[in-house]
Amino acid sequence: MDHSLTIEQQKESLQKITCDLIKPVGLNRNFQIWMAFLSVILIACLYAYYIQMREGLGVAGIRDYVSWGMYIANFVFFVASSLIGMLITAVLGLSGAKWITPIARIAEIIAIGFAAVAGLVIVSDMGRPERLLNVFLYARIQSPILWDVTVVTTYVLISLLLYFLPLIPDMGMLQRNPTLPKWLRKVYEILSINWKGTPAQYEILHRSIKIMAILIVPVALAIHTVTSWLFAATSRVGWDSTIFGPYFVSGAFVSGISCLVIAMYFFRKNYKLHDYITEDHFNKIGKIMVLVSLVYLYFNINEFLFPGYKLKSDEAVHLHALLAGKHALLFWSVQIFGLIIPIILLLFKKIRTSGPMLIISIFVVLGSWFKRYLIVVPTQEHPFLPIQNVPENFIIYKPTLIETAITVGSFILVLMIISVLAKLFPVIPIWETAHEKGIHEPEKLSLD
Amino acid sequence: MEDNSTNNNTSRRDFLQRMGLIASGTVMGGAALFAGYKFETTKKHDSKIKALTAEHQLIEVDDEGNELPDQGNLSNLTYQGREGLHGKRWVMVIDLAKCRNARQCMKACQGAHELRPEQHHINVLQMQDNEITAPYFMPKPCQHCDNPPCVSVCPVDATFKRPDGIVLIDNERCIGCRFCVAACPYSARIFHWKEPLKQLEYEDDKARYSQMIAEGKKEEALELEKKVTYDVELNVPQRKGTISKCLFSADRLRIGQMPYCVSACPNGVYYFGDENEDAVTNGTTKETVRLSGLLRDNAGYRLMEELGTKPRVYYLPPKNRLFPFPDENLLTTEHQS
Repeated sequence: MDHSLTIEQQKESLQKITCDLIKPVGLNRNFQIWMAFLSVILIACLYAYYIQMREGLGVAGIRDYVSWGMYIANFVFFVASSLIGMLITAVLGLSGAKWITPIARIAEIIAIGFAAVAGLVIVSDMGRPERLLNVFLYARIQSPILWDVTVVTTYVLISLLLYFLPLIPDMGMLQRNPTLPKWLRKVYEILSINWKGTPAQYEILHRSIKIMAILIVPVALAIHTVTSWLFAATSRVGWDSTIFGPYFVSGAFVSGISCLVIAMYFFRKNYKLHDYITEDHFNKIGKIMVLVSLVYLYFNINEFLFPGYKLKSDEAVHLHALLAGKHALLFWSVQIFGLIIPIILLLFKKIRTSGPMLIISIFVVLGSWFKRYLIVVPTQEHPFLPIQNVPENFIIYKPTLIETAITVGSFILVLMIISVLAKLFPVIPIWETAHEKGIHEPEKLSLD
Repeated sequence: MEDNSTNNNTSRRDFLQRMGLIASGTVMGGAALFAGYKFETTKKHDSKIKALTAEHQLIEVDDEGNELPDQGNLSNLTYQGREGLHGKRWVMVIDLAKCRNARQCMKACQGAHELRPEQHHINVLQMQDNEITAPYFMPKPCQHCDNPPCVSVCPVDATFKRPDGIVLIDNERCIGCRFCVAACPYSARIFHWKEPLKQLEYEDDKARYSQMIAEGKKEEALELEKKVTYDVELNVPQRKGTISKCLFSADRLRIGQMPYCVSACPNGVYYFGDENEDAVTNGTTKETVRLSGLLRDNAGYRLMEELGTKPRVYYLPPKNRLFPFPDENLLTTEHQS
């Protein structure tokens, strides 16, 4: 890094950075069309939810035996994907990896989107959503649901802070930028809470970010461990597992990273950020993806293959359905295309570039979603006692159009949150980028 | 106060910090005291209760002291439903040797609890433990576990364990998360996926009831009032989006009668009674026997003992079955397919 830039050079460099990074900011026409498109789909999905409210949860395919279906699988996927915020900001950030600067904010946006909507997904699975407040009025602390509510809320709050705190200097600098619309500058002025860029302010900022980054580690581990305990708290075959906590957490990193890669690719291309999110970022993220996928593969072997060695009778029925029976096609597709092939491919440097990684990540995200489905549904199809004297649709779970629509709706909401945040605020921190380029006091330069 | 002269700002901050600490400490201490007070006041004064044994001896037994419910905004029916029947420990014994799949128990149960044909509080299952052993019929109600997994996982105390051993469900509080369904190893719980069977009738009654009240016909309305008021011991009216399950017919026990399924059985399968008294009565023959003797002489057992749920339902093994299994090929259980 060049430390001997003249003021003029610094000014020029800062101007370019600022210009590049705020160009996509603002609610332009394309954004409006995009949001209108999302809104139309969302309204259709909300109508599906209205039908569910009117008719009851029976409009979904779930019944007395398989009573948790797509909604819960989707909830687990959302919570999983939101863990990416913690992995990038906390694990890599605290270990001193400087290269994460341009992708940290993207990771936080994803975390906020998924974690916030995860709460709504759970509500869509409730038979009596209007009684949601009972969870607080009659709270029973020994129920893992209560733990989940507590930690997910905390995680959303800390993620919001980790998103907001590094935004303050940017908003402080941008509040007088003439290229931005007036109302947005007003928003920045309010939200930047009187940021001047003094050394004292920077000290407070760095310290707060650090505290939040440390705090989010246990909370993030907790949200997914507790989510796994929703299953591990029961004695059912396939859920009654002691490794569910770490198994879920490692899987969360796999799905989170692939979501991040897709977002990186998109923002890089559409926001023209090639100078900031470089191929080297993809290379490095690719290596991390291999690492977390290998850990996840290890847990998968422990979770699925080793019980097959003993084949306890109940376990045998369950494993047979997964490995060779009804769910075999899905199971092996998920394991091979969503885990094993990506691991092998990503070992090659040539593959760890933006294009191939986008395709791999799409496969991994799909695999991750269906993996959650495979964790949630098949176990309930094999209870301890036989399923008898009930209609066919009680025995086999078939998702309906309505629950699919409601699930799609949750994805639309996540996309909307990500889109809005990425349009209101720069997706790459300007001040940190400036600092790294040797511009020490960007505030002074930009205030002229 | 020394730094008062040096830096006014710092000392004010220090002061505020200390005040903050003191304030939060006070709040937390107060909360702890309050919680302790609540705990003490809800505990029962006497942890022993008296019971009469089969030998006409008065004994003292531990009152399985689940804390009494807080009356709060509970209706009287719900409050007494949560309180349970004092001094009792209800227990059921199912003699598998006698069950011939008459399904009168299922019918009586579904009638009383207003269930659809596919909704079972009690379900008669066709069982066969392995290929060589004989098939048999197994009526399966809720096991009313003494260590109920469903109660542990319920986030809102909608399903609860009463001191007399019965696990009930309050469908006015249930949020419909179905965690209890996932947690129950006996598949004992059902959910109202759509409007309950008698929803229209219930709405009709409710309309007529409010009309009668409006017209001031209080006496005529009494009969209807019973029908439209939620009875937690019967779980009727059933509600869309909530859980239901076997209640050991807690409403019948309150008036000194046998559960619906027990008295409906034509084959003498069910015994029901009070563990404290060590006596159970056969629902068909009305013969009363010693619980301990019945279980000892017939090698009684409980389902899935290894899970540690401690069921209150005992089974007598299907030995010397009084009726042959009608069709050996009838078995299309999950485990076979």
